[in-house]
Amino acid sequence: MKQIADFTLVGKECYGTSVLLRLRDEQPLPEIVPGQFVQVRVDDSPSTYLRRPISIHDVDVANHEISLLVQMVGEGTRHLGAANVGDQLNLVLPLGNGYTLPTKGERVLLVGGGIGIAPLYYLAKTMALKGVKPTFLLGGKKAADLVRVDAYSSIGETLITTEDGSLGEKGMVTMHSVWQQRQFDKIYVCGPKRMMMAVADIARANNVWCEVSLEHMMACGLGACLCCVEDTVEGNLCVCKEGPVFNTRRLKW
Amino acid sequence: MTIDLGRGLVLRNPVMTASGTFGYGEEYTDFVDLAQLGGIIVKGTTLNPRQGNPYPRMAETPSGMLNCVGLQNKGVPYFINTIYPRIKDFDTNVLLNLSGSTLEDYVRGAEMINTLDKIPAIELNVSCPNVKQGGMAFGVTCAGITQVVSEVRKVYHKHLMVKLSPNVTNIAEIALAAEAAGADSVSLINTLMGMAIDAERRQPKLSMVTGGLSGACVKPVALRMVWQVAKAVKIPVVGLGGISNATDAVEFMLAGASAIEIGTANFIDPAISAKVADGMRDYCERHGFQKVSELIGALEG
Repeated sequence: MKQIADFTLVGKECYGTSVLLRLRDEQPLPEIVPGQFVQVRVDDSPSTYLRRPISIHDVDVANHEISLLVQMVGEGTRHLGAANVGDQLNLVLPLGNGYTLPTKGERVLLVGGGIGIAPLYYLAKTMALKGVKPTFLLGGKKAADLVRVDAYSSIGETLITTEDGSLGEKGMVTMHSVWQQRQFDKIYVCGPKRMMMAVADIARANNVWCEVSLEHMMACGLGACLCCVEDTVEGNLCVCKEGPVFNTRRLKW
Repeated sequence: MTIDLGRGLVLRNPVMTASGTFGYGEEYTDFVDLAQLGGIIVKGTTLNPRQGNPYPRMAETPSGMLNCVGLQNKGVPYFINTIYPRIKDFDTNVLLNLSGSTLEDYVRGAEMINTLDKIPAIELNVSCPNVKQGGMAFGVTCAGITQVVSEVRKVYHKHLMVKLSPNVTNIAEIALAAEAAGADSVSLINTLMGMAIDAERRQPKLSMVTGGLSGACVKPVALRMVWQVAKAVKIPVVGLGGISNATDAVEFMLAGASAIEIGTANFIDPAISAKVADGMRDYCERHGFQKVSELIGALEG
């Protein structure tokens, strides 16, 4: 069941233009599936009227905590990044549909670009609990764009590309040598649309199952306003309600 | 807290949710007990299905937003067969917002909706700014509104509410034309035509370049128009435009509205509609009003 709740910021870690916010609710959390997102209200920012959709980076059921990895790109997200420990943030959660989890024995690749790596962390943790060992392929323009790499490495093998070669293999995620060397049963993607389309092309060419998480501008986050649509084989669908995770078979790209 | 809008449309309180901001009600049942609302007005529906406009359909603005959704919906027959059975037993008034591109579409749609027992009213949308044939052609002239309202009136026998466009030079004249043509009430305002530009990319922010402005920023304009229309017509006026809390809602009642609709505020607080109903009740108690209807047009001075 979806709910509105005031969470308290109990931890904050800064990584350049990104910030990790650890938020605690007094009440037990609702069930949250990897790939779902929250809508955060941005208070005291006159130019920010609507909530900001942010993917769920991690969940700590025992402590009623969720973590959000936020890249500060505009006024709204900069305001969120400026929150201090002890501040309250009002969230609507959990929203949207998550990723389809793999079955034991399947070889899975989690491809993240830039801040798009955020939801893959909770996805990988959930997979690991089910006995699936994930491999990450994370890409950024430069080393500083890839945050919390150690945390990712502690869950699964972590392959990296950077466009300037400052970390891992030089180039885009689609150019990594792993594509030539190994095969996967399921590919999970989150990142810039162009990068997700390129990965989807590889998956399609190899006839591999692939899910991507779309990021569109949203107003309601509930499937009511019909603002965040993606033109799919089923017509215009709300990314917030029908997604944000889509199997690439449903998309026109 | 009861409000009687006439011809069988009785609200348990003045608060309704505006079309296009509350889906079919189902999207909000985790947050709001619909029995706490006077009514919900479901998504703008046209006789035939519409895909709506391409993405991007929304741009945030200071204290508001622009949209050019373009009446994406699955059509009246789909509504009747698939959606209506799911929502007809909601414990509130379920109104359908009906739009069209031709007179025939409006009339045919209204005829079909007239057969639905649990839909006590149509909100006739003659004011969608986002599609070339969105009905705004009917809504911006007295001749147009007279034509569409009188033709729909012939086939629709329940409460007929007409939603007015603010994109006109004299909204009171349009309201009077709707009243004379047989409207049971008018609701206003629909969104204000606006535009947003991304200066860095030198491109419009919306796929259709222009869109409808809504949210807190439009409230003063809406309030003024409600006040003007309420003075001009005898039928009830339903006020909307930027209402974000109970105080805003009371202001619209004082300006002459008999009921109000909550729109864009539903996006920021999905539970706001019920909170506004509670807050209006508190206001009445605090100020010694026995009935909420005593607030209608009670502006002093």
